[in-house]
Amino acid sequence: MPVRHKNVLAGFGVVCVLGVAGISVALAAANHEVLEADKKFSAKTLEISVGDTVTFVNNDSIKHNITIKKMKFNSGLQEPGRDVEVMFDKNGKFKVRCGIHPKMKLKVVVN
Amino acid sequence: MGIVGKVAAAAAIVVCGSVFSLALAGSDDQSDAHADKAQLHKLIADYQRPASIPFPEDNPYSDAKSELGKMLFFDPRLSVSNLISCATCHNPSFAWEDAQPLGSGDKMGQLGRHTPTILNLAWSEVFFWDGRADSLEEQALGPIAAAAEMAQPLDELVDELNAIEGYKTAFEAAFPGEGISEDNIAMAIATFERTVVSNLSAFDRWVRGDGQAISASAQRGFVVFNKKARCANCHSGWNFTDDSFHDIGLASDDPGRSEVLGGDILKHAFKTPGLRNIVERAPYMHDGSLQTLSEVVDHYDNGFVERDSLSEEMQQLGLTGDEKTDLIAFLKTLSSNDDPIDLPVLPN
Repeated sequence: MPVRHKNVLAGFGVVCVLGVAGISVALAAANHEVLEADKKFSAKTLEISVGDTVTFVNNDSIKHNITIKKMKFNSGLQEPGRDVEVMFDKNGKFKVRCGIHPKMKLKVVVN
Repeated sequence: MGIVGKVAAAAAIVVCGSVFSLALAGSDDQSDAHADKAQLHKLIADYQRPASIPFPEDNPYSDAKSELGKMLFFDPRLSVSNLISCATCHNPSFAWEDAQPLGSGDKMGQLGRHTPTILNLAWSEVFFWDGRADSLEEQALGPIAAAAEMAQPLDELVDELNAIEGYKTAFEAAFPGEGISEDNIAMAIATFERTVVSNLSAFDRWVRGDGQAISASAQRGFVVFNKKARCANCHSGWNFTDDSFHDIGLASDDPGRSEVLGGDILKHAFKTPGLRNIVERAPYMHDGSLQTLSEVVDHYDNGFVERDSLSEEMQQLGLTGDEKTDLIAFLKTLSSNDDPIDLPVLPN
């Protein structure tokens, strides 16, 4: 199942900032949606940029959990139908697991 | 041990339709055992053995690494007392457990949980009963360093091994130019542990199409296992585990997985153990509180503690005496009569 991406600032994908010393270009943070179904994430790897957010959508009929050890992030119980949004503010590789069903895993590469 | 070859030989698995008709014909409870052949084909397909052992990209298999890992696994000098090896608790004579309700550690102190087997860990996602280690490499060092277990400071262990010429040679063969380090100790032990795989059992021969490999009672038990008793909801796949965490209602206040995740979620939940060679692995459960398979079946039938954290999978089953007998007959078919292991000669 493909990962659906959506820009938080749809239509404003690139924000230009004019500075005194010249012109710099800042990319707007994007939101990436990852679905959870049949005890699986909809992607095995996700490449995103620093500052992007990922929304984990529990489309399963059972409870899940989002745990990212490296970020010391734990969502608590994620009921069916509930979303969990995580902002990645540092670059690196992050292993995302369901703490209940650890075979549910996803590698997030933040560039 | 030749385990790698044995696993590779399990690649071709043939499913035979006659197996399914036998399973159905012997069932006393048609409402729960009834399933058409297509459904049972699908059920059995879920139990196919993998073709080969998975090794991680950052710690690939080599003979030298596995042999070194085996030496370390059986060497009591890895403990501070020089009396306890990994194999003291993970004893191959007891299907890599210790046949005691609870493990023992340094100075024979009793540990809080039952010693789990190391069988088929190459396929696990997380390790220890509470899943606190993310890799077998991380797990391997845990009991060595833990004060209650082998109590061995790892930096001192590196020095001790460096003083043994035979180990310097073995590490050089396994990790050329790298020397002895904590990481390399972990990688060698993990590599050996990944080669510890249960052999073909009667159940595997049945899955491959030998309709006579297991009894009619065991075949009925397979259907009960997958349907009425709901065992396969958690004990799934060829190694009979979902690698997930559940509170199965044992009367224990051990926080289990919740201590790892923090907060109140997954209180009293523990990792589903695989069921291969389960007859040889008594006593059972994370607290070693059940002595026989019959007690285990009774627990799941209606013997569990009702509490908020209880897994949704736990329900009163209402199994009949015959169904319990069949279920246990099925579980007995998971024994593989593994070959005795050759003990390593340790350098001194």
